[in-house]
Amino acid sequence: MKTVAASGKERWQHETLEPALKKSPERAAEFTTISGRPIDRLYTAEDIAGLDYARDVANPGEFPYTRGIHPTGYRGKLWTMRQFAGFGTPEETNQRYKTLLAAGGTGLSVAFDLPTLMGRDPDHELSLGEVGKCGVNVTSLADMETLFDGIRLADITTSMTINSPAAMIFAMYLVVAEKQGADWKKISGTIQNDILKEFIAQKEYIFPPRPSMRIITDIFGFCAEEAPKWNTISVSGYHIREAGATALQELAFTLRDGLEYVQWGVDAGLDVDRFVPQISFFFNAHSDFFEEVAKYRAARSLWAHAMRDRFGARSERSWKLRFHSQTAGVSLTAQQPYNNVVRTALQALAAVLGGTNSLHTNSLDEALALPTAEAATLALRTQQIIAHESGVANVVDPLGGSYFVEKLTGDMEDGAQAYFEQIDKMGGMVEAIERGFPQKEIAESAYRFQQAVERRDRIIVGVNDFVQPDEPPIEILYIDESAGEKQLAKLEALRRTRNNDAVLRALDGLRAAARTTDNLMPPILDAVRAYATVGEMCDALREVWGEYEEVPVI
Amino acid sequence: MSPVPVIYMRKLRVIIAKPGLDGHDRGAKVIARALRDAGMEVIYTGLRQTPEQIVSAALQEDADVIGLSILSGAHNHIAPRLMQLLNEKGLADVLVVIGGIIPDVDVPRLKDIGVKGIFLPGTPMQEIIDFINANARTKSEV
Repeated sequence: MKTVAASGKERWQHETLEPALKKSPERAAEFTTISGRPIDRLYTAEDIAGLDYARDVANPGEFPYTRGIHPTGYRGKLWTMRQFAGFGTPEETNQRYKTLLAAGGTGLSVAFDLPTLMGRDPDHELSLGEVGKCGVNVTSLADMETLFDGIRLADITTSMTINSPAAMIFAMYLVVAEKQGADWKKISGTIQNDILKEFIAQKEYIFPPRPSMRIITDIFGFCAEEAPKWNTISVSGYHIREAGATALQELAFTLRDGLEYVQWGVDAGLDVDRFVPQISFFFNAHSDFFEEVAKYRAARSLWAHAMRDRFGARSERSWKLRFHSQTAGVSLTAQQPYNNVVRTALQALAAVLGGTNSLHTNSLDEALALPTAEAATLALRTQQIIAHESGVANVVDPLGGSYFVEKLTGDMEDGAQAYFEQIDKMGGMVEAIERGFPQKEIAESAYRFQQAVERRDRIIVGVNDFVQPDEPPIEILYIDESAGEKQLAKLEALRRTRNNDAVLRALDGLRAAARTTDNLMPPILDAVRAYATVGEMCDALREVWGEYEEVPVI
Repeated sequence: MSPVPVIYMRKLRVIIAKPGLDGHDRGAKVIARALRDAGMEVIYTGLRQTPEQIVSAALQEDADVIGLSILSGAHNHIAPRLMQLLNEKGLADVLVVIGGIIPDVDVPRLKDIGVKGIFLPGTPMQEIIDFINANARTKSEV
């Protein structure tokens, strides 16, 4: 005789479900998340029978932090509403920042253009047509001074989405702070500085993986001493997800990237508890509501366990995973763009219920262009409505204890552990990337998703169903070519007026340091102070290390 | 008896290229695979190709079609240069299509210089496949 389980699921299936199914079948043979994960119709106590609350979930503020890193959740402090912005010249973006701060934004987040991200000056062949298009162009310290003109860096926190040239841009920020009289020991913010996900997904790499990792450990070492409140890296799943990964792949590859950075830091001789608290994370907030909530909860638990058990970290600050999130750009549609407001609100809610520490909400027009000021304001208002009107911020981890959410959280943890083992067997994430492993996994998921959309197994409202012909166009932000011309003119003037001997000496110093194992931050700061450009500094390192070229996999 | 007509038929050869500095290659890779699954021969150039490199690949591979993936806003610089080079090399009959984020106001300008197809976000892959089959210089064998 079978044991009758606590919830009586078996009896229910037999007596209640089966007759109901006979009368009216379900809408589909199988239900899956947007990531293709099969989902049962009902979760009950049996599904989480193996879960030990104190050990596996725990109350908020306690190991493994599944329910959050703060005992009071958002009752103490709301998440930081941090809207990513940047376009055109530093002058134009400076104005947008002042608008966002005046509208109640609580932190800045800098979007750089492609030449800056790729370490190319505006006069390089490949910068043609790209200056100021996808973000703000910053060529030298002079541009950074303009970007933050009238904004006191001691009073705000700034996140900068910069990876390959992160050390150069961070050095510029430090020098601007210094000129404003701010103390490096007190300023706070984040540089993305996550090169592994560039090789995996976003592809804004310059140097080969190993010297790239060395710059990162140099930044860890420098910040532990000089800028202890700065987040040295934002280990990012966002771009991995946007490239087509499933929620599980996003979780697993991002956390495994995090472990790789910690390993490299340890191998460089750093003490885990001195640099790990400065590592933060950045996840996507995608459309499948519960899967996303489970992903964030699983991430906290996985990190806490790995830091304590794998690396022997003793400080709670090392165990606590803090993360920023951004709603899914890839989910935005060019068709019926106002629908994007609704998508973004739901995604933002998932991030909040998952305990995000800061959040960016996308604007409704971002499948078409960079956002207008009105669209960006509406995106911020979306967060403010969730924070102040919905009531969800009044209670810590309100979905904790849901049979479904707890089961999904545990499944995500198990799935991520399996990926960790696979990557460990390859020798680590750098080796896995060199073999193209995460790249292939993501390309496969991206293609599978697209096929499901084509077959209409996945409905995207306004795109493959509920289509509306003859939609009126909406007003978009059009970035003309003027930013390119202005930045070129400024670069020419800079090269005429700065002390070029000092620049050359500083660049020689940088090249020389790159050939040793000395920390690269001091020579980069010297070059920045001499107004060397991002392109010149990156070229100096290209000469020593060469450039990375990937073998494309489709 | 009339002679059997000779129709030149082989697999369509398509170059998928990502010009400019942008590395967001999800779209390029998905469409490359979809075209391959639709029976075309697809050569994906990889990232950061200049117009010169793309045209040289088209020449070398005897391509019937060039598909550009551009999301960064650099299309107004890249497309005219590419079209000019194709004309110079006698490749004016190569079908050029662009997929990505292209503001409405730029579409007529691109069509004027000879870009035949412009596919915005949300376009079904089948629509792109059909367009290429209908407009490429070689008639596909499939």
